[in-house]
Amino acid sequence: MKSAPFDYAMMDSVDGVTDALAEAGDEAMIIAGGQTLVPMMALRLARPALLVDINGVAELKGIAEAPDRVSIKACTRQAEAMSSDVVRDRLPLLAKALPNIGHAQTRNRGTVGGSIALGDPAAEIPLVATALDARLTLRNREGARERAIAGFYEGPMMALRDADECLTEVHFPVWLGAGTIGTAFQEASQRHGDFAIVAAAAQLQLDAGGVCTRAALAVGGAAPYPVRIERAEEILTGSTLDDDAVAAAVDEVEAAIDPQTDPQASAVYRRRVAKVLSGRVIREAARDARGEAS
Amino acid sequence: MSAPRRVSLTVNGIERSGMAEPRLTLLDFLRYELGLTGTHMGCEHGVCGACTVLFDGDAVRACLIYAVQAEGHAVETVEGLCNADGSPGPIQDAFRDAHGLQCGYCTPGMLISVKALLQATPDPSDDEIREAIGGNLCRCTGYTQIIDAVRLAAAKAKGAGT
Repeated sequence: MKSAPFDYAMMDSVDGVTDALAEAGDEAMIIAGGQTLVPMMALRLARPALLVDINGVAELKGIAEAPDRVSIKACTRQAEAMSSDVVRDRLPLLAKALPNIGHAQTRNRGTVGGSIALGDPAAEIPLVATALDARLTLRNREGARERAIAGFYEGPMMALRDADECLTEVHFPVWLGAGTIGTAFQEASQRHGDFAIVAAAAQLQLDAGGVCTRAALAVGGAAPYPVRIERAEEILTGSTLDDDAVAAAVDEVEAAIDPQTDPQASAVYRRRVAKVLSGRVIREAARDARGEAS
Repeated sequence: MSAPRRVSLTVNGIERSGMAEPRLTLLDFLRYELGLTGTHMGCEHGVCGACTVLFDGDAVRACLIYAVQAEGHAVETVEGLCNADGSPGPIQDAFRDAHGLQCGYCTPGMLISVKALLQATPDPSDDEIREAIGGNLCRCTGYTQIIDAVRLAAAKAKGAGT
């Protein structure tokens, strides 16, 4: 299994990347970590005429903090995010998701931005980004724009990025305000490190009285791209996360997902697992927010 | 631009160079261009871990990096694990002593993953060992003895250090 022939250009600046993309049009693809793209090329599912390599672009690496968000540059390795104190302390949901991505040998190379830009429906980082309403910075030769991740995907591995644009940063919001925050991430896969069949992520904020003031719930692997379960979030917000509220929230999962049957799992199975995992992450995030051992 | 170009890199501490068209993987480059056949080719799409090498010190899949991307980087392969006289190095010794291999196909990748583990975590728990080799498939399913071998390698390194 060898990739089809392609031209290759190593870049050292974002301007160089956007110039190359503007000239090559949709015949070009950006390569970052290559942990998804290279297998796709080996299997001939992708046949770019030109690979624009951003591994040499220093301005696309690193993690920056602002009061209300943590911004991860697109070519930051998953392993670096995993060992980051900023991610651990301020993005606990992402910190819990990262160890589920592949193996150490792929996280050493795979990037945060690559995962977002490719949009595998079962990938962990797009799921967390969807749950937290992350914002994305995309740049072309004319300039930069920032957009929400909601609506960024129109199908599996299909992101609405213009052919001349480079994803440069992923901004993960940090929840402010009074109260404690709890998070949970769970996925079902055949073996640890395999692609998730279904995954779920929850982040909850509780006030001093134990009332949920803010809730985020998203499910991956059960639709063409990760989906927020907004009706469930509305039910959880204002509740004390009691059993009835959790059960009512889980009942809303079904209507928000659209699982498909593939050789890995049937649609019926995915539907069932999506609900079970959603219940688990809500309860686990609630225990986390209350400071109880999980 | 898809024509072969010269790629220069450091392999096991030695400056090497060879020709590679862009689609040639680092794995194929090591084996066919540099003649370093110790790194094994398994699945060629990042699943099996047989081709694991150290890339600037980090364990990675050599089948998921194109050789042109390795220009100027440092790669360490299983050939770099032996002693200066060519005899097996300490991790290799431990795999032999604990019978941590059967057919040997996964072994070069296992050895490199274990080297990366012990560099970062000299005294790993069993869970840490399992996590570290979780990305390396052994088709003989000899994992128990591989874990024994890693424990032995860690114990020996500890003994040698005191």
